[in-house]
Parts: sequence; structure tokens; C-alpha cells
Amino acid sequence: MKKLCFRISVLVLAFLMVSPILSDNHESSILDKVKKRGRLICGVNKELPGFGYLSQDGKYKGFDVDFGRAIAAAVLGDPDKVEFRSLKAADRFPALQTGEIDVLIRNTTMTLTRDTANGADFCPPNFYDGQGFMLRKKLGITSLKELDGATIGVTAGSTTELNLADKMRTLGIKVESIVFEETETLYQSYDQGRCDAVTSDKSQLISRRASLKNPDEHIILDVTISKEPLAPVTVHGDNKWNDVVSWVVYATFFAEEHNITQAKVKNLKSDNPEIKRFLGDTGNIGELLGLPKDWARHAIGAVGHYGEIFERNLTPLGLPRGVNKPWTEGGLLYAMPFR
Amino acid sequence: MEEQVDIQQIKPPTYAKGPVGWLRENLFSPWYNAILTCVALLFLYFVFKGLLTWAFTEAEWNVIPANLQLFAIGPYPRDQVYRIWICLYILSVLLGLSAGVWRGIVQRWTIVVGSILLVFLVIPFEIVQREDSHLVSIEFRFNLIWLIFESRRWLLGDVALLIGAFFLGQRITRLRPWILGGWVLSFPIIMFVLHGFGENAVQTSMWGGLLLTLILAVFGIVVSFPLGVFLALCRQSKLPAIKWVSTFYIETVRGVPLITILFMGSVLIPIFIPYFTIDQVLRMMVAITLFSAAYMAENVRGGLQAIPRGQHEAAQAVGLNYVQSMMFIVLPQALRSVIPAIVGQFIALFKDTSLVYIIGLIDLFGVAKSIITNPVWLGRHVEVYIFIALIYFSFCYAMSKASQEIEADLGVGKH
Repeated sequence: MKKLCFRISVLVLAFLMVSPILSDNHESSILDKVKKRGRLICGVNKELPGFGYLSQDGKYKGFDVDFGRAIAAAVLGDPDKVEFRSLKAADRFPALQTGEIDVLIRNTTMTLTRDTANGADFCPPNFYDGQGFMLRKKLGITSLKELDGATIGVTAGSTTELNLADKMRTLGIKVESIVFEETETLYQSYDQGRCDAVTSDKSQLISRRASLKNPDEHIILDVTISKEPLAPVTVHGDNKWNDVVSWVVYATFFAEEHNITQAKVKNLKSDNPEIKRFLGDTGNIGELLGLPKDWARHAIGAVGHYGEIFERNLTPLGLPRGVNKPWTEGGLLYAMPFR
Repeated sequence: MEEQVDIQQIKPPTYAKGPVGWLRENLFSPWYNAILTCVALLFLYFVFKGLLTWAFTEAEWNVIPANLQLFAIGPYPRDQVYRIWICLYILSVLLGLSAGVWRGIVQRWTIVVGSILLVFLVIPFEIVQREDSHLVSIEFRFNLIWLIFESRRWLLGDVALLIGAFFLGQRITRLRPWILGGWVLSFPIIMFVLHGFGENAVQTSMWGGLLLTLILAVFGIVVSFPLGVFLALCRQSKLPAIKWVSTFYIETVRGVPLITILFMGSVLIPIFIPYFTIDQVLRMMVAITLFSAAYMAENVRGGLQAIPRGQHEAAQAVGLNYVQSMMFIVLPQALRSVIPAIVGQFIALFKDTSLVYIIGLIDLFGVAKSIITNPVWLGRHVEVYIFIALIYFSFCYAMSKASQEIEADLGVGKH
């Protein structure tokens, strides 16, 4: 009996040691895994207005969610073949590293540390955000210097708090920051007058302003104290998969530059050689990416071009396009050439 | 000459009887009590004035009916909802049968559950949502039209099954072992039905709302109880290895917060075991159970130590071995005396399931957090939090009430 137990445990141990070599995901790209599984697993935020939330019918909605659907459409031909995993800030990178999710599209700011130390590869940013300030109009404040002595509300545990302290130190003014655990309480307290101003990403300030009692009484200062380029993330080292996600993002930029809308894309015929390559009518860009010929048609057909995604999810919150418009119109969205 | 007074004819003084008398005696009797009463009343007035004004003028309760389904099942695919009803049917049949066979306390609680279901069935409201806006209105219609709604039809079937099973159970009392087996099997069956297989499989990441909260809590309660008893017995064991391992486990787990264990299950386990992924909901179920078992073990140990030595000796004297004396003599008495502590642990566990929100699961609390970030409902967080607080309260109160009844049934504290 004892001998048998011993043999079994040796076998199990041996199996555990050998299994990483045996397992089929060794050396293969996530792209192949997604195709084999027939389903994309995309990590998102489920509680950021406009970017990711659950709608009444239990479906994930939002700006980031739409990019997940676009990737599913490009790879698998069906925008519904995606499983969304709601992640918190703390477990998003571990979930990516351990392969629980294929791609992370969760308002993640691209930074050097994350790109190197956190085992992540970033794709082109799909939203350029920045930290700003909201305060009451009647204070008559127009620049940061005038905030001397003010109390400023901020949420805990994010870089927002750090940015605020850094900025105020460089400006040489003293402010009192009140730290809130929850976003809701932050804006409620601000609305009740417990703090003079709040600081957060501008996209959040704008969307939350609409839910204050009298939105018109508040202004958002025309200053940005940090860069927050939000980008999709793939696991470090899987270049093939990173290419796919990156070019799906570029595809939404490209489609807007050439006004290829969701409604038009399905039956679009064009004489422009670049658009023809983009749609897969000529050339082999799909093949180079490891995707079907008409991947871009599927992606744009599923969610529309960048402008449409923006208008569907963020415009209702009152968010202006700002720098998130094509470079041809003075924005930062610049699709690399499809050739 | 003194006038003779007929005592029978004098009415008692008005201030000594009736509600006025009661008030006078209890609330205003010495002058300082009168002042206290006035202050308390003023305080209550201001609290309730604010609360009621808010509830009836500022609050937008629409957010609750509009998202009822989301609260109940989270992102579970709407075209697969029939599976949840199948699970409820299984549970209803088992509950009805148990009530019929065992009567007593089970029957009383089945009647409570049945009446709640009936109330849901009979309240003739429907949620009307206009196409072009998020505005929702609740319309009351006092006719049978509400039966056209799918959920009402399912619910009707559920109530019918419950009643049918009850009468069946009353007839056939031989069913006892089968019903017990059914309860044991019901959990894996329900998990299987909820998950499904093949094309239509519903991944656990799509489980949510009250459904997920209940799965986590029920699994935690049902599994941590026997595990806790086992650990308590091990800690009392005379064999040092077993005793020390068990003590080490209990003290280690009790020495760390639940959230640490949840994070370990969520973040570290996948890094430690990279060969295959264990389902996240399963990991959380196990983490909650292991945590709760350690506390349960200490509760049970308290009960075990309260049993006088004479009981063990008497059991040995009549020739019972260790297992028998534990099963039939010691444990029944030990457990009975710690019911309040055990139920307290269950209630704490039920509420603690909301911590899985922190690692991204969409339980009842997670759903609430998501609803208040829907652009349509931005700023409606107080209403949503009040609603889920009521849900948590009703479940915890039911558990507390049930434990009191069980105690009364077993005559705890009487002998």
C-alpha cells in the first residue's frame, strides 16, 4: 500500500514537472489559442461611465468594451464571440500574465514601468486622457496658482493623488487634499461643498459633472497636469498577438480618416488602393496578421470607426473629442499606413 | 359625620390608565425623562424629515425596477435564464417534499417561502420602459395580463411544484433518505445546469448578482460546517501530528483577513499553478469556505469543551467507540449549545461574500457598483445601496430568525 502511494506521488510529481513542456500553449501565440477556443477573453472595467459598465440587459457596454468586440470580430468574424471579465486595478496585470485573459482593455495608462516591469506590451492608445480640475464657477478661479489654500478632493490609491502632490509642490502652493475611497462619495461630497475642487481624469470629471445637482455651476479648468494615454495591453513577448490588437485599433483610426462607417463598410467598393488593401479586396495584409482577408470589414462592421465608437459611448456623457480626433483635424489619432 | 363613598362608583383617575397613562408613566414621569423624551423626539423628527423628504422628493427609485433582473442574475445571458428557473424548480421540489415529510420547522419555513413567492406572483406590476428614453414607470394592472410575462409563468410553475411536492411528501413518508440524498446531489446538479456545456456554456464570469452571492454563501455555509467540525475534533485529538496540523491551520487562517485569502486565491494561485487555470468563482468558493471553516472550528470547540467529561465516560461505559460516542452523545449536545455562534458565523459569511467584489466578481454588490456607473443612472448610488442593503438584511434576518426557531425547537437553554 505504502509503495503504491509512493509510486503514485512520484508519477504525479513527474507529470507536474513535465506538463509545461507537454502543454500545447508552449511557444504558441494567443492568437492561435483564441482561434482554437472560438472565443476571445477580454479584461474590462465594469464601473467606469462610458468606458465599461453593465447595461440593463446584462451586457457589457462602453468604449473599451467596443474595442474588445472589434477584436473578436476581426479574429473570429463575430463580435459576440467575446467573454468579458471584469477586473479591478489590482488584479488586471496578474490576470494578463497568467493567461486568464487574452487582452486587457481597461482604461490602463501606458507608462514605462508597466511596459517593462509589469510584463505587459502596450498597443496604440485608444484614448488620450489627462488629469484636470473641476471647481465651482463662482470662485472665479482660472489657473492652478489661484488654488492656494483650497481643499481638493481626490480618490485614494491612484496616481491621481501623487500627481496632485507633485504638481502643487512644483508650483510652490499649499492645498489640502481630502482623500475618498469611492468615486461616488468624492463627487457627492464635492456637490455638498465639502471640498472646493476635485481632481481626476478629465473624462471622469466631465461625465460626473452631468450628475451633479446643477452642472452649469461647475467648470473644468483648462489645465492638464498629467498625461494619461489609455491603451489596450497584451502579455509581454507575444508579438503576433500584439500586432493583431494594435492593427485593429489602427483600423478604427484608418476607417475614420477615410470615413468608412459601420453602415457603409459591408458593401463598400473603393478605387483607392489603400482602402482596397484595408478591406482585403487586394493584397495580403490579413494573411500577414494571421487573420481572415476581410478582418477589417468585420471589425468596422461590428462597432464602426473610431468616431462612431466615441459618439456612441462618450458623447452622451458630454465628452468633447478634444485631442481624440484624427491627426488630419488636429488630433492625436494617426493610423499607420496599411501597406 | 363622614360621608360614605361607594368605591364601586368612583372612576379611576384618567391619567392612570390607557395610552395617556402609559405615556405619562413611562415617558414623562419624572421631569428629566420628559426632557429626554422631547430631545429624542426632536432628533427623530430631524433624521426622519431629512430621510423622508429625500426618499419621496429627491430619490429616483426608477433605478431599482429598471435593473431588477441585473440585481438578480447580473450578466447571465438572458436567453439562458430558463436554466436558473430549472434550478429553482429542483430546489422547490426538494423543499416541498422536505416540508411534507418532516413537518415542524421545515414546514413553517416552507410556508414562509411559498408566501413570498406568491406575493411576487400576485403583485400585478409591470415595468414599462419607453423606447426613446431611460424613463421607466411601474404600472399596476389588476387583471391577469401580467401572466404574459415569462418570469411570471415560470414563477407560477414554481409555486405549483412547491405545493404539489408538499402534498406528495405528506403521503409518502418513506422518502426521507431519498430527499436527503437529493439535497446533497442538488448542489453539483445546479452548478452543472447553470454552467451547461458545449456551445451554450455560460462561463462563470457571466454569473452574477444575487445568484452569485447565494452560490458563494450556500457553498461556504454547507461545506465549512462539516469541515469546521472535523477541524475542531482534530484539534482535540490526542495524536500530536493531527492536533498540531489542525491548530496550525486554524491559527494561521484566523490570523489573516479574508481579503488576503481572496487575493491569494485570485492572484497568487494562478501564478503558483501555471499549468492549468482553475475557475475563478470556484477559487473564491474554496477560499471563503476555508476561511470560514477555521472560525467554525473554534465555535465548535467551544461547544465540545462545554460537554462534561462524564458524558464521554458514560458513552465509553456503555461500550460506544470514539466515533459512536462523538456522533451520538457529544456532538449533538456540543453543537446545540453553540447554535447562536454558528449562525452568527453564517451571517458574517453571507455578508463577507461581498468582498469578492474587490477581485472583480460581479456579485450583488458588484452589480450595484456597475449599475451606478451606467451613464443613465449616474448619481443614483444612494438608492441602489439602500436597495441592496435591504436584500442583505432580509437574508441575514431570515437566518437569525430560523436559528432562533431551531433553538426553541431543540429546547436550548431549558435543560
